[in-house]
Amino acid sequence: MVGITSYGAYIPYNRVVREEFYKAWGGFPIPGEKAVASYDEDAVTMAWDAANDCLSGVDPKKVDGLYLATTCAPYKEKQNSTIVATALDMRDDIRTADFCNSLRAGTEALSAAVDAVKAGSVKNMLVTAAETRMGAPAGMGEAMYGDGAAAFLIGDTNVIAELLGSYSVSDEYAGEWRAHDDHFVRAWEDRHILDEGYSEQLPKAIEGLMKKCKVKAKDITKLVLSSPMDIRRHGKVAVGAGFGIEQIQEAFFMTIGTCGAAMGMMMMVAALEESKPGDKILLAQYGNGADAFLFQVTEEMAKKKAKAHRGIKGFINSKRILPYYTFLRWRGLVPVERMRRPEIPFASLTALKRSRKEVLGLYGKKCLTCGHVMYQMPFGIGGMTPIRVCYYCQTKDNFEDYRFADKKAKVCTYSLDLLADVIDPPGTPVFVDFEGGGRGWFDMTDRDPAQVKVDMPVEMVFRKLFFDRGIHNYYWKARPVRA
Amino acid sequence: MPESIKDKVAIIGMGCTKFGELWDKSVSDLMVDAAYEAYEDAGIEPKDIDAAWVGNWQEVSGMAGLGLAGLRLQYKPITRVENMCATGTDALRNASYAVACGACDIALAVGAEKLKDMGYAGLISVSPGGTTATGGISTTAPAIFAMLATRYFSRYNIPPDDGKRMLARLSVKSHHNGNLNPKAHFHKEITVEQAMNAPIIAWPLGLFDCCGVSDGSAAAIVCRAADAKKFRQDPVFIKSIRMCVGPAEGPVKPEYDFTHVEETYRAGLAAYAEAGVKNPRKEISMAEVHDCFSITEAVIMEDLQFSPRGKVKEDIESGFFDLDGGLPVQPDGGLKCFGHPVGATGLRMVYEMYLQLQGKAGPRQLKNINLGLTHNQGAMPPACTIAVCIVGR
Repeated sequence: MVGITSYGAYIPYNRVVREEFYKAWGGFPIPGEKAVASYDEDAVTMAWDAANDCLSGVDPKKVDGLYLATTCAPYKEKQNSTIVATALDMRDDIRTADFCNSLRAGTEALSAAVDAVKAGSVKNMLVTAAETRMGAPAGMGEAMYGDGAAAFLIGDTNVIAELLGSYSVSDEYAGEWRAHDDHFVRAWEDRHILDEGYSEQLPKAIEGLMKKCKVKAKDITKLVLSSPMDIRRHGKVAVGAGFGIEQIQEAFFMTIGTCGAAMGMMMMVAALEESKPGDKILLAQYGNGADAFLFQVTEEMAKKKAKAHRGIKGFINSKRILPYYTFLRWRGLVPVERMRRPEIPFASLTALKRSRKEVLGLYGKKCLTCGHVMYQMPFGIGGMTPIRVCYYCQTKDNFEDYRFADKKAKVCTYSLDLLADVIDPPGTPVFVDFEGGGRGWFDMTDRDPAQVKVDMPVEMVFRKLFFDRGIHNYYWKARPVRA
Repeated sequence: MPESIKDKVAIIGMGCTKFGELWDKSVSDLMVDAAYEAYEDAGIEPKDIDAAWVGNWQEVSGMAGLGLAGLRLQYKPITRVENMCATGTDALRNASYAVACGACDIALAVGAEKLKDMGYAGLISVSPGGTTATGGISTTAPAIFAMLATRYFSRYNIPPDDGKRMLARLSVKSHHNGNLNPKAHFHKEITVEQAMNAPIIAWPLGLFDCCGVSDGSAAAIVCRAADAKKFRQDPVFIKSIRMCVGPAEGPVKPEYDFTHVEETYRAGLAAYAEAGVKNPRKEISMAEVHDCFSITEAVIMEDLQFSPRGKVKEDIESGFFDLDGGLPVQPDGGLKCFGHPVGATGLRMVYEMYLQLQGKAGPRQLKNINLGLTHNQGAMPPACTIAVCIVGR
């Protein structure tokens, strides 16, 4: 039996209320809000967050590969999935691949993962999808596109949703596209996207799948249909395919927005959260054709639900409303005055390679002589030096690696720094103490400055610190534990 | 047991420029001004200098000892000293050891810094040789020291307003003293209300909790104690110079409480032992400490055992550290009013002790003084270099 063995999702903390677009640009008001990635997030960090949720209770060393699906990869040349795999602390003898350039990238990766497990090439495969698509200001896309991520672990043991069958159609036509140098999504006339793309291809795939699996619409508990830019079309296609309103998985139009290649998978997570054993879930994702999958929820699902996956439910209500101009600033769409001070130090790739475990894996050391654990950030001022000699017993070079990324922590002390050159002032440096020992110095992200306190609980998250000459500089930040 | 330096070395001349935004002075100008003032004070010629140590943090003066080339010393050994913000005291320490061991008869220590050409009102972070692609936790110096305050307030259950009032009182005191000092950068009396209501720089520190950023230079000329009276009748003797460099464990070990600075405590212990001080609160007559931020000064008072742990608030509020208090601290106005030209600060502190001991401190002159202490801190509370110097007659 091959299928989904675990799931996770991620929705950014920040949301923009759609009415702001109307206030700024006119047109007509569109209700609801959309989720937007923070200035320190991108498809790589959000994929990490969803994958981290998915691997809750799973040893990352026992996962045989990672696929990252996105149309918003931070790197065009350089694999993005390796960054996520490193931050997740996966082995190096694994398969990694990026699935890009298509709104179907998420389900394409899912198909490839299923096939790899079925073929016996891997025992299991982690599939992540994350999106940060940009619509140009004053356009429909700006209001409709949301940011988010999802992750599934595909395997053949302890399956929570068995794959009964899949069906794909491929179609050259696309109403939405980005050329190599485009920053914003371009679109042909709306009715072409909707009538000749979405409304034509999805029914083909759904009908093809149901025929192949010998099921009728009434046999399906939930239809998970990736949402188009115009949400009205979502229900129309579902109903047209023979489904009742109660069978349609909510598309989170009012709360998240449509998340491109990640949308179907995110909605699938939401469907699983509400599912019970025996339920049949049909997942269909549009994008240059469409992919459709039929899953059946197993008895394992009940066990899974008892475990701590945050999923869509866990992240959707944990939020802050962001002013529109802050969003524009974060996306670099409004030039703002630079802080008047010398430039930051240049990034060194060889230095990163040397301290990759500390930087991307948040690894420290455990002294094998005295047993103490310690983390030392491998950069900065005042004696920030690699751990060669133990801080506690001064024994030289007698350590094993010790991972801090998955440890709970609390704030030892903090400041709210209004002098710092940061994108989301005030700078919020914190020293955190880890459960089980060790301390570290980090920035805090996704926080309400007024709520930052000594002893507040935090979790470690993988974020982007800065960008220098084409190099994305990822590291870890502390985040107040999201409900 | 190593020998003590107590009473082996004398300071026979000192110089100190005015500190401030000295747009018409380069770092070399500042060094020349401070050194020549010291020569004149000691009654010596430049040719009498056998060796020199130049304290400078940033590399604006050129590398190595050549930073002091502007003095045109003729083919003498010159060493550049860099120990972050404790650089000035370390330059004096090196010069003192050199004359004490007899390697030279007269040595010069000069500290100088030109910060105001940066176009930024703060210290830049220095990360040599590029970073590991992550260097960029955008924490400024005020925030790093503010983290001492947040934790101190939390540990001793001091409500933020009370804590800010306590810190404000220190800044009011230093501004009062600095206003009496023509060489200080800032001449301005302030009130507790002004300090408390000033714009926040890094919570809970406001504008008046932070020292200035200034240009300046100070210099000292030292010789062996036995020779001192050949130069002047009122030399000042070094009773101790002790430095303590921590193993940078505060950022790593949760055992560090963020309400004290271990290096200051230990440097104090070592200096008191060397100088023969048993009860610092009673025996130290005056002190110039590293008040880069108001909270730093508060915590130093406890680490140097001037105040009991957790009790500095009482001493601050009773005026114990005021010019007319039991143990005047920052009689010259401190970093608060001089700013902190990194390489110069340690020597500027000693300069005030030197003036006070010679009775030349003008309206700031303290009475019945015996021992003066300087405390100079390099880097941040959880990981730093501390130099403590005790001088007397």
